[in-house]
Amino acid sequence: MAAQLTAFQRLQGVLARHAGVRRTWLLVRWLLMLAVTFVGLLGVTFFIGRKIPIDPLLAMLGERASAQAYAAARVALGLDKPLIVQFLIYVRDVLHGNLGMSLLTSNPVIDDIKRVFPATLELATLSTFIGIVIGVPLGVAAAVRHNRWIDHVARFIGLAGSSLPVFWLALMGLLLFYAKLHWVSGPGRIDPLYDGLVDTRTGSLLVDSILAGEWDVFKNALSHIVLPAAILAFYSIAYLSRMTRSFMLEQLSQEYIVTARAMGLSESRVIWRHAFGNIAVPLLTVIALAYSYLLEGSVLTEIVFAWPGIGSYLTGALLNADMNAVLGSTLVIGATFITLNLLTDALYRVFDPRAR
Amino acid sequence: MKRVLCNGVLCKALAAIAAASVLMLAGTRMAEAATPKDMLVMATLLDEFTTLDPGEIYELVPQEYVANTYDRLIRVDLKDPARFNGDVAQSWAVSADGLTFTFKIRSGLKFHSGNPLTADDVAWSIQRTALLDKGAAAVLAGIGLTKENALQNVKKIDDSTISITTDQKYAPTFVLNVLGSWPASVLDRKLLESHAKGNDFGNEWLKTNEAGSGAYKLVKWTANDSIVLQRFDGYRMPLAMKRIVMRHVPEASSQRLMIENSDIDVARDLSPDDLDTLTKKGTIRVTSVPQATLMYLGLNNKNPNLAKPDVQEAMKWLIDYNGIQHNIVRTTYKVHETFLPEGFLGALNTNPYHQDVAKAKALLAKAGVPNGFTVKMDVRNDSPYGEIAQAVQANLALGGIKVELISSDNKQTLGKYRARQHDIYIGEWSADYIDPHSNAQGFAWNPDNSDKSSFKMLAWRNSWDIPQLTKETQAALEESSTAKRAQRYEAMQKEFLANSPFVIMFQKVSQVAVRPGVTGLEVGPIFDLVSYRDLKKQ
Repeated sequence: MAAQLTAFQRLQGVLARHAGVRRTWLLVRWLLMLAVTFVGLLGVTFFIGRKIPIDPLLAMLGERASAQAYAAARVALGLDKPLIVQFLIYVRDVLHGNLGMSLLTSNPVIDDIKRVFPATLELATLSTFIGIVIGVPLGVAAAVRHNRWIDHVARFIGLAGSSLPVFWLALMGLLLFYAKLHWVSGPGRIDPLYDGLVDTRTGSLLVDSILAGEWDVFKNALSHIVLPAAILAFYSIAYLSRMTRSFMLEQLSQEYIVTARAMGLSESRVIWRHAFGNIAVPLLTVIALAYSYLLEGSVLTEIVFAWPGIGSYLTGALLNADMNAVLGSTLVIGATFITLNLLTDALYRVFDPRAR
Repeated sequence: MKRVLCNGVLCKALAAIAAASVLMLAGTRMAEAATPKDMLVMATLLDEFTTLDPGEIYELVPQEYVANTYDRLIRVDLKDPARFNGDVAQSWAVSADGLTFTFKIRSGLKFHSGNPLTADDVAWSIQRTALLDKGAAAVLAGIGLTKENALQNVKKIDDSTISITTDQKYAPTFVLNVLGSWPASVLDRKLLESHAKGNDFGNEWLKTNEAGSGAYKLVKWTANDSIVLQRFDGYRMPLAMKRIVMRHVPEASSQRLMIENSDIDVARDLSPDDLDTLTKKGTIRVTSVPQATLMYLGLNNKNPNLAKPDVQEAMKWLIDYNGIQHNIVRTTYKVHETFLPEGFLGALNTNPYHQDVAKAKALLAKAGVPNGFTVKMDVRNDSPYGEIAQAVQANLALGGIKVELISSDNKQTLGKYRARQHDIYIGEWSADYIDPHSNAQGFAWNPDNSDKSSFKMLAWRNSWDIPQLTKETQAALEESSTAKRAQRYEAMQKEFLANSPFVIMFQKVSQVAVRPGVTGLEVGPIFDLVSYRDLKKQ
């Protein structure tokens, strides 16, 4: 018996070990995929960036510098080396936590990103929040009141959100709410009077001013962000309400909904618990996509509102072949996408028992 | 059956969140207030700033920053460009052979750091720009100062005297103009040496910091966002404005809304439409200052059709200069056809060309292309270049010249232009200093037309081989008599107008919109001559 138990225990141990090996292998595989994704992202960006016909030295030295100055700068930046060597050097530096210096700002790229990404994050988060709060209930209402006035309103917003240029809407918003009604502050993140009054901790002026207890700064920052956030939120509302409406219409025509109603469940329970519960997973994917789209930075909105975000930073870097800045921004945006995907996957398990 | 959307806690929570969002959307703007009286806020474009080091800067708006944070030996007198005023130099003299310039430095001057400003700092700063050999060094190279000879040719004679020796005899006003420009800014040697890394002369530190003695000192630079300057209380003259904030506002319409709402005091980049509206309203004062910036078409002589003098002249007769100016750039450019901008010594204020299609067609027939030809034109994808290029395309089509527009980013078109790979290039040329040589060297000087040339100025870029005109440019540069020098430039411009692969069309006009009560913003023909020293706000 003892010998049999020992054999059983050994088997259990082996299985347990196998399960551990399996888990480890899954983790290693995931990490490998992550590494391949990042290297691929860097590689594609790097080689495309190097192939565009823009000389980074033009941005650095100007068009009248001597030929000797150009040659010296080319060597100093390592641009005389073969492309593959330049790429490997860059990857090595990234692995050491060094994203290099930006040619355009003369700052370490990591410092630039610490400054511009929180500005975009703050704007995108607020916009997505407004988008969810208004867009999702609007979509549900439109589906429930199908072909009634609220549905027409939702469809009109959806259409306007797909067709109105953001640049025009941003300017019209400024004209009405800033110039005419004086409800909000103008372009920029904060008035010069309040600039620098709070220490940068998170990079978000709203959060930092709350942490510092500087309520005047908070109000000023809020009055600056409200309009660009609302403009971007309009597009989120349009997208989310359209998708929610579509998902809900599909669910509300299912037999289990008829059954639930036949069983005498309250309408709100049928809508929110049963129908909405079933669209939570696809809706989560849609929200994550909308959020990640905004996190890339909305260049046109940033230009109109003089918002120093990652969109305009990346565009400026691309147009001047500032490759360190381009690659650094790409890395951050890529990491954001991957993080959002992971979060979405984790949330699937909360909403969908089958995913556990 | 009435369908109830929601009830209970969930519904209330949703309603509360929605109400909060609406409140947020309604805004929380505090009482509207203009900027304080001792603070001036200016909307401009700060995306040209890649460094704050005067030895490295070459773009236009950054020159304005340097002009107000650093002193230099002398500055040209805006009222009379033939005169110069001492900045840190108390007096100066030119040797009999015209090669050596000696400057006596004022005593008692201090840098923002508190360090005393001495002759040693002045000489070291000029040597430093040449030794760094970045973009700004090209300006000093104009008087023969290079990294090979800067240490020998720029000398500290004693604690209050320096001498600068040029490689050949130049017109004294030319040398003084070069030494009065931003690459010759005076830097705090002691401070920079304390931040130096290897042989970088403190360049890495100075890229994001400041080491000057000018009217204003740097408080903060946030790339592509803002620059905050603070009055230097130790400056040699009183300054009214305590703080100046330059804000990056790339969209012209946003600048207009901000100045109308008192959020900014000065707007530097308004569109002609916005300027028109503001001028009509009369609430904002708009000042026009002609700039030393010319817009032109460069015709590459590597294209056999464009190399023909008759074709070049025909193209000059096809352009509707007044029409383009009136319809596209009515307030921001004016018609100007010669290579020296208005206000420069020897400038010819004559515009002989206007649209004459019959004359142009006759010239094209004489050149052997009576039915025209097809050609490409590189244009940067910014306003107003795109609109002007389209107008030029339509104008040239009248003579049968079919132009294919290639629109790209500025750096791309410039790269192609510098490599002489274009047919027609539409671009701008800005003078570094207000001496005629800055433009003569650009348009009418090409000592080596080979592909390996080290001198890639505009004539070279358009493959225009001009040994005679190059000699004339050199002779004008060496002419010490101002009157004779002016005559030489006048003659060169006439020659250039009659025969050159350049269709110079417009001179830029700076339009500065200023709120009522703001005075003293001195705007010169180049950004290097913009001064904040007399700024006041009532």
